[in-house]
Amino acid sequence: MSGTLAKESMAAKPVIQSTKASRRVSRRKLFDRCFYRLCQFTVLLALMSLVTLIGHILYEGISWLKIDFFLNFTSRFAEQAGIKAAIFGSVWVLFLTSAFAVPLGVSAAIFLEEYAPKKKWVEWVQINIGNLAGMPSIVYGLVGLAVFVRYFNFERSLLAGSLTLGLLILPIIIISSQEAIKAVPLSLREAAYALGARKWQVVFGQVLPASLPGILTGVILSISRAIGETAPLIVIGALSFVAFTPVSIWDEFTVLPIQIYNWASKPQEEFHHLAAAAIIVLLVLLFFMNFIAIYLRQKYQRYKL
Amino acid sequence: MSASVNKSEEQVILEVRDLDVFYGQKQAIHSVSMQIKKGTVAALIGPSGCGKSTFLRSLNRMNDFVGTAKVTGDVLYKGQNLYGKKVDPVELRSQIGMVFQKPNPFPKSIYKNITWGPKVNGFDGDTDLLVEKSLKRASLWDEVKDRLHDSAFDLSGGQQQRLCIARAIAMNPDVILMDEPCSALDPRSTQGIEDLISELKRRYTIIIVTHNMQQAGRISDETYFFHEGHLVEFGETKQIFTNPSKKKTEDYITGRFG
Ligand SMILES: Nc1ncnc2c1ncn2[C@@H]1O[C@H](COP(=O)(O)OP(=O)(O)OP(=O)(O)O)[C@@H](O)[C@H]1O
Ligand SMILES: [Mg+2]
Repeated sequence: MSGTLAKESMAAKPVIQSTKASRRVSRRKLFDRCFYRLCQFTVLLALMSLVTLIGHILYEGISWLKIDFFLNFTSRFAEQAGIKAAIFGSVWVLFLTSAFAVPLGVSAAIFLEEYAPKKKWVEWVQINIGNLAGMPSIVYGLVGLAVFVRYFNFERSLLAGSLTLGLLILPIIIISSQEAIKAVPLSLREAAYALGARKWQVVFGQVLPASLPGILTGVILSISRAIGETAPLIVIGALSFVAFTPVSIWDEFTVLPIQIYNWASKPQEEFHHLAAAAIIVLLVLLFFMNFIAIYLRQKYQRYKL
Repeated sequence: MSASVNKSEEQVILEVRDLDVFYGQKQAIHSVSMQIKKGTVAALIGPSGCGKSTFLRSLNRMNDFVGTAKVTGDVLYKGQNLYGKKVDPVELRSQIGMVFQKPNPFPKSIYKNITWGPKVNGFDGDTDLLVEKSLKRASLWDEVKDRLHDSAFDLSGGQQQRLCIARAIAMNPDVILMDEPCSALDPRSTQGIEDLISELKRRYTIIIVTHNMQQAGRISDETYFFHEGHLVEFGETKQIFTNPSKKKTEDYITGRFG
């Protein structure tokens, strides 16, 4: 009884209210619907362009993905060309770049978050790390050319390339690691300190392990950025025609993106197919790395407080 | 005569003299003094914001981590001034345990939650034994003995809080400070923690902040009533609850404010 009464009185309300108000409500509803459709449309657009792109590349390149493609060096003849040198180069670059950038970046993040005094110069450093993260990658190439290739005389070696890429991803690693460390709740630190732990024990025994998934995610994403970079390596003069696998950090090298760039800029149709095939390999590599990042995040999610 | 005086002094494990705590310009604790006897449970009560947590945290120098906090006065722990020049606050915290308002286990296994503290303090004995002993004292052993290597986050809130108590116990402290340890728990877990506290007080001295009058009444031997940073009244819990001498205390206990 009372239920129907309440319903009636509620239903009666709009009648008493001005029609202006009800028009406002319906206009808001309309806006809501439009906005929803707009969002749907943009997502669809993004997805479609991605699918078209991948579809096109698969169509162009998949039939060129043969065993020989992985075992051969590049060649003037498309049928005999492969990405052996580029794959070796990319793997070398992956490990060397990580070896430089990860320890440095993570330590810098630990310092900035845990040990740096709250001083003006620290703030200044922090701001500039942010600026560096937004710098176009070609600028890093120029720095690499001037500093590593010329000044240190590393020439067009793996070392010079990896250092340049390391420089490029350093600010990203620092910032993402800082974010991960910041996300560790105060309560965890307090618990550790209350047990009579020293600062370094708290930092290395609790804060770092707790932020490790976040740090790793950032690191993997930055490295996958480094793997896909072309411009800075071209600037420092990495070769595109390499018919050997590097055996030391002093060797010249090529990497997948450069190989792709080189093939794609050739006039012959066959080389475009080769480029597409190499893009597939690069994409798989990047997807794989992103997958690891996601996996790590999921796995440690339950530790979030 | 003098012997009995000595004895009572011996029983005092913590003595606070004229403690002031400031946050920047703002004074949060005004000249508080008290003596806490060994093996007793002391309850700190008072309205929100009166400085109970601040006071508690100055007893194991956790306020050192709050940049703006400044403490003056003396806290004598077994006769030694905690704020003395030669005192190492880290050393000190390993002897005075703390349990926080929200259960805050480490994101590690149950086992490692217990062993981490002793290990960073140089413990090299039998960790299995330590874990079992600590969990038993925190009456958590039976519930977790088969899954010691599971994540501590798989435990319920009440179990997590008992794990935090076990973690504090593993350090074999003399004093355990508890800041509203039951406020995030349901009545049954609260009951569990209360039983545990009564169980533990034979071995440890416990200072507990609580908003729950009944709880203070049930578990504590002495009650300290704080108001706006002042220690208004203290005494035997029974006396405070049945026959407080100050009007404010009575008003608070009977629920007229706070
Ligand atoms: N880090 C801080 N910086 C500045 N002021 C603070 C800080 N922590 C606490 N205070 C202030 O000190 C006073 C006492 O706070 P405290 O947390 O000790 O109260 P409490 O009695 O524990 O309250 P509750 O029962 O709500 O936990 C409050 O006025 C509070 O605003
Ligand atoms: Mg409090």
